[in-house]
Amino acid sequence: MNFPFLSVIIFAPAMTAVLILLLPKDRQTEPKVLAAAGTFISLLMAIWVFLAYDRTLGGYQFVEQMPWLPVIGSSYYVGVNGMGVMLVLLNALLLFCAVLISWHIEERPREFFALLLLMGVGVFGAFTLLDLFLLVLFYELVLFPIYLLIVNWGWKPLREYGAMKLTLYLLLGSLVALVGILAIYFTSGLRTFDMVALGGVKFSPEFQRTWFLPIFVGFGVLASLWPFYSWSPDGYAAAPTAVSMLHAGVLKNVGAFTAFRVAVLLLPEGAKFWMPYVVFLMVMNVVYASFIALVHTDFKYIIGFASVAHLGVVLMGFAAMNDLGWSGAVTMMFAHGIIAAMSFAIVGMVYDRTHIREIKELGGMIRRLAPAALGFAIAGFASMGMPGFLAFVAEVQVFLGLWKAASLAPWYPVIAIISALGIIGTAAYMLRAFQYVFMGELKPKFADIPPIGPLDKVAIALMSLPLIVGGIYPLLVLPVVQSGVQSVLAVLGGA
Amino acid sequence: MGVTTFNPTWLLAILPELLLLALAVVVLGVDLALPTERKRTLGLWTAGGLIVVLAVTLLVPLPQGPAFGGAVRIDGVAGVFRVIFLLGGILVALMSMDFRPLRQDGPYYGLLLFSLLGMSLMAVAENLVMLYVAMELTGISAYVLVGYLRETELSAEAGLKYFLFGAFSSAVMLYGFSWLYAFAGGTGYGQLAQALRYIPFPLAVLAFLMVLVGFGFKVAMVPMHFWAPDVYQGAPTPITAFLSVGSKAAGFAVLLRALRFLFPALETTWVVLLVAISMVTMTLGNTFAVWQKNIKRLLAYSSIAQAGYVLIGVAAASQMGVASAAFYLIIYTVMNVAAFAVVVLVSNLTGSEDVESFSGLARRSSFLGWSIMLALFSLGGVPPFGGFVGKLLIFAGAIQSGLIALTVVGVINVIIGLYYYLSVVKVVFERRSEQEHEPLEVPAPSKWVLGITMAAIVLLGILAYPVYQWVWQASAGWF
Repeated sequence: MNFPFLSVIIFAPAMTAVLILLLPKDRQTEPKVLAAAGTFISLLMAIWVFLAYDRTLGGYQFVEQMPWLPVIGSSYYVGVNGMGVMLVLLNALLLFCAVLISWHIEERPREFFALLLLMGVGVFGAFTLLDLFLLVLFYELVLFPIYLLIVNWGWKPLREYGAMKLTLYLLLGSLVALVGILAIYFTSGLRTFDMVALGGVKFSPEFQRTWFLPIFVGFGVLASLWPFYSWSPDGYAAAPTAVSMLHAGVLKNVGAFTAFRVAVLLLPEGAKFWMPYVVFLMVMNVVYASFIALVHTDFKYIIGFASVAHLGVVLMGFAAMNDLGWSGAVTMMFAHGIIAAMSFAIVGMVYDRTHIREIKELGGMIRRLAPAALGFAIAGFASMGMPGFLAFVAEVQVFLGLWKAASLAPWYPVIAIISALGIIGTAAYMLRAFQYVFMGELKPKFADIPPIGPLDKVAIALMSLPLIVGGIYPLLVLPVVQSGVQSVLAVLGGA
Repeated sequence: MGVTTFNPTWLLAILPELLLLALAVVVLGVDLALPTERKRTLGLWTAGGLIVVLAVTLLVPLPQGPAFGGAVRIDGVAGVFRVIFLLGGILVALMSMDFRPLRQDGPYYGLLLFSLLGMSLMAVAENLVMLYVAMELTGISAYVLVGYLRETELSAEAGLKYFLFGAFSSAVMLYGFSWLYAFAGGTGYGQLAQALRYIPFPLAVLAFLMVLVGFGFKVAMVPMHFWAPDVYQGAPTPITAFLSVGSKAAGFAVLLRALRFLFPALETTWVVLLVAISMVTMTLGNTFAVWQKNIKRLLAYSSIAQAGYVLIGVAAASQMGVASAAFYLIIYTVMNVAAFAVVVLVSNLTGSEDVESFSGLARRSSFLGWSIMLALFSLGGVPPFGGFVGKLLIFAGAIQSGLIALTVVGVINVIIGLYYYLSVVKVVFERRSEQEHEPLEVPAPSKWVLGITMAAIVLLGILAYPVYQWVWQASAGWF
């Protein structure tokens, strides 16, 4: 038997979390070291999977399967295609960075890091599982650590409200989707939750049209699909930095990716029918969230709305229903994940030192926090789609994909243009935030704030690296993504 | 039905029940021998004895099928419920040892065992007379237990209330039984089910409704739920736990068997009726729970809502429905007992049962904090805990039977439920209190209770397979 790479990636953080909880109560450093070690194992394995994934072969690789609940046809069945490879890598990277930038946590670190790792376990599971039953289990596994993390370590004025809102919204979405999944399970007549097997079933067009919407929108809630996004800015504003990072960076991708894998891939006829209409919601994501980000003056809310806008682009890529759009969407998930996580990390670094999030009251931070300014500049440029960064490669593909999709509905090219204009908005609000926070006069009261620590610098560097390298040399990333897209393209039926 | 001669293997068929009876006698005897200050060990005697009974039930291959001339029928589903009762009994006996306001004495543990005996007989009864006797044995023992804190007004009031409601519902049910007897001239389920096919529909439904009143009282489903909040609040906390898991599960055992073997002729009717009752029960339980300040009242409404979830499985009227309902009751037993076990310890210490008194609990004892968190998360249906898998299977059963609307209502209820469960978790973890630095000692019996239940909550979630498989095979005989 081959080495179970994916299982190690998924469960190394879980084991670490258990070990951390077994430590004596008053330890401060050990939980952090253990958490870093556990997530580092996952990161190394994820890099290995990325390198070893056979691009020419494509399809699901690193597959492991064993029975879990055979009575109902559910098994522990993991595997990744090119899309999954990128997302696993993304989560491993961000999880490790989130541990690094949380080193200053002094309040009950044992619980904090254990919960953070459990959240990572859920995400890894949601990206790799090929069994719908366990997929839902891992998908929702993410919710309870998040609730506790926000409520205990979040920003006092908002944390109870933000945590409850976020949890209930996401649970509602996933349960609606769950009903759809059960409908798929029983209608298929196969008595299995195996997604690969279910992918081979031709459901009747009526069935697909009925159930596509609940499943796609249900999971779409976690991808902050307009108008179900309002948990996102509030939740992020309330959450501790590491949670905002992971939530914006990977959890939204879990929503988008699961919506794609379940709703689009299993019900392609339903997708072709509904996507031309759902795409308007995604346009609202881009336009509406960009406008709010333009006028908001809270640093963390700006980034929160920016991530809502970016997810609109991701979902649009999926809505294009062709290879270009899908490849763009996956690349965008990867790029946006890093951009959002890095932005939130930097917001956190500034806030921890100044205890201010109003951008107009900050200023001149570049003089004290130069690495943070550099990181924010990189994230900002990447997010406004500057050539030379990975997000550019992604956005171009998405818009071309939309343009190409005119056969689906005549308004697709118009949508491509509108959203491309949204990028200008991105440029405006990122520059505005950068200018207010980092440029200008440094206020005297901030003259003595501590500089960025070495661990934070490592985290910023680690996150910048893929954005720049992937942008300059997209061939590092694209073949993997495209091999994943090719392997699922069959559902479009020769389109 | 001809005259049946006594067959000694019948005794073997009800061996667990006989052992329960023997255990009750032993406990009462030991009570006489023990000096007052050591009476607390009676809890250990009870729990230890129940573990032996449980081992016998699980390991000894007992004869299956009808016994005592059709008064009882031993089958797989009955076996599952026996295990649920014994498990609940063990946990409740252990947690009773740590409940300070309680007099530790023989009658308490003895009544607990008699009530368990009644429940066990309820699960196997296949004859109206047998069923009625079993239900009364369960009920009368429980009335006394609810009022066991004689010095406390609330407990005495709860005992009386429980008795009045119980007597009333039991009278209505008995009247229903008399109608059924009049239809068929007998009391066996098989005979009655045959006769019901030829009885005019309105009469049959009326009889069914009257019988349902009695069953519904045990289950605490709407509209027979009124007693639950007051009784749960006033009863000694371990007894509250006992009622909420044992009594409820016994009610479901009876309900499942009666629907399947006594009222198959009315299936189209009772499915519709139970769908409606299930919807109302979940929604009412959950919405009322949101406003509760007292943790026992909150858990009372929560347990009404949980009964609503189980009813989804009952209404599915399929093997998957029955298996999921029984599986859910196993999980429900451990998670609800766990929640009450924490309530016992906190109320011992603070003398209060308000949700607010849980402030800072996680800082005083992270074991208790995590325990109640896991229990509430599982009740709320958060993965990877047992409650999540249980709910998923129940919803799956409902969708298989085409009950989409019911499933949607169930899903919405899970959200409402999670709101108040999370609110309690928030108080435990986030709220500060002035006593948060005084450590809270957890006595050994409670450690056992919480250890067992925590392990079960997690294992039933991530490794549900062996248990579900067992329940599935047990229910196969019914379909």
